[in-house]
Amino acid sequence: MVQFLQQVISGVSIGCVYALIALGFVLIYKATETVNFAIGELMMIGAFLGFTFIVIWSLPLWLAAIIAISATALLAAMLERVFLRPMVGEPAFAILVVTIGLGFCLRAAALMVPEWSSETVRIFTPLSGSVVRLGPIVISADHAAVIVATALIVTGFFVFFKRTRMGLAMQAVSQSQLAATYMGVRTRSVSTLAWLLAGAITAVAGLLLAPIAFIHVNMGVLGLKAIPAAIIGGFSSLPGAIVGGILLGVCESLAGFYLPAGFSEVAAYILVLVVLTIRPEGLFGETIHKRV
Amino acid sequence: MTQPLLTLSNVETYYGRIMAVRGVSLAVPEGAIVTILGSNGAGKSTILKTISGVMRPRKGAITFADKPLAGVEAADIVGLGISHVPEGREIFPFMTVRENILMGAYLRADRTHIEQDIEDWLDRFPILRERAGLPAGLLSGGQQQMLAICRAMMSRPKLLLMDEPSLGLSPMLTRQIFEIIREINERFGTTILLVEQNAKLALSTAHLGYVLEVGRIVLEGPTTELMDNADVKEFYLGLSNEGVRGERRWKRKKMWH
Repeated sequence: MVQFLQQVISGVSIGCVYALIALGFVLIYKATETVNFAIGELMMIGAFLGFTFIVIWSLPLWLAAIIAISATALLAAMLERVFLRPMVGEPAFAILVVTIGLGFCLRAAALMVPEWSSETVRIFTPLSGSVVRLGPIVISADHAAVIVATALIVTGFFVFFKRTRMGLAMQAVSQSQLAATYMGVRTRSVSTLAWLLAGAITAVAGLLLAPIAFIHVNMGVLGLKAIPAAIIGGFSSLPGAIVGGILLGVCESLAGFYLPAGFSEVAAYILVLVVLTIRPEGLFGETIHKRV
Repeated sequence: MTQPLLTLSNVETYYGRIMAVRGVSLAVPEGAIVTILGSNGAGKSTILKTISGVMRPRKGAITFADKPLAGVEAADIVGLGISHVPEGREIFPFMTVRENILMGAYLRADRTHIEQDIEDWLDRFPILRERAGLPAGLLSGGQQQMLAICRAMMSRPKLLLMDEPSLGLSPMLTRQIFEIIREINERFGTTILLVEQNAKLALSTAHLGYVLEVGRIVLEGPTTELMDNADVKEFYLGLSNEGVRGERRWKRKKMWH
């Protein structure tokens, strides 16, 4: 039993990382209807910027994190302005291909940095090595930090969407772009803001991942897990993305422990198949239809 | 006579290569309710969308409160005092009723008055107050129309554009919505440009009317005159004199053709 809970908790913490990436993914999808396949690469860039500032430049941890998160956010916003804004009105498929291309370019760019490409690295934090005990369960402090940080970020997001003018405007745009324009919302600024926030949140995911897993230039593939996580949650639901991500992490962790080798890699996709068979709209699918 | 609040002169708007509005000129005097009648596809909604800036006219000029609207971004139009109740209502279905109304005040800076205005609008529509905390997508069609009107009025517009407010509503609800339109005009002095298929209600509510066919204005005048026009009577109000029809073997042609 203790072993089971142990696995569940470590699953939750990796699931939190998936959840954050999925949150960024869904945020962009809701605000701009763009399926962003470059989201994993944004996470990778965030993680490596963190690595550069913390390990190579030896900046204080908090300062390094702030710079890495802001830089990734700005990079994401810039990608939207330069590459995706001209695509407004083009077929969804064309836009999707642009994001795949951007993902490849980001990966290639990372490979050109000698300090990044040569090694798989890990960021050590002051927490590394210490543990948190909950009764008989032992959690590494890094894993616990991931869970706590995710909880804080998700709460922040909730407050942003419910309480702030800009948050309401973002919701409005995702529900009726036309009506939002009639209210005076500049929908294009909202797109940029969505990418900015998604960049920030994936950078956080990358930074949180760095102490608990190795980071390497190809870690963007991990970001693709955000897509099954989003699908499980209903694809356009922010709470769904978080629940989907955590569920995915737990399944993977349990599959890795109890099932033969290889199952943990496909657990995500088996889970997607099961969820979609039982509930095609996803766990949190929004199903209110427009009334005439 | 003072300048009209809104004038369109010779406006042409295209959907791709299809001309939807073919050189329309109209004038909306301040404080009036003006209606544009026309059947499906006549270009009524396109005129409203062109005024709101979400579609750009290829030719012609639009002037609002003596300022040309050419080149003004759609999102800035509401700030000038033009508010749009879109066709099909376009409420935000997953936001609460109250949040929907609040969105109407998006560009207003006077934070303290906004709360008061929301309360006032909820007082006018008790059913909305009852459901203020529910997602707006759960409201009935008529309630959504009321909500869309409240939301549009939150920007305190000088001109309210209304696109087919009766769409999909029962006759009773439709009359109620038109009553609301008249009240808004009388109480706030809001000028209203109303696009409607229900010609009878629109003519009895509005002061001035335009008849639009295939993108062109074919008839205009005070609604009292329009209601007496033989063509309007037959083709828009459905009043035809059966006795005369009996003698005729042909279908009456419209005067303007």
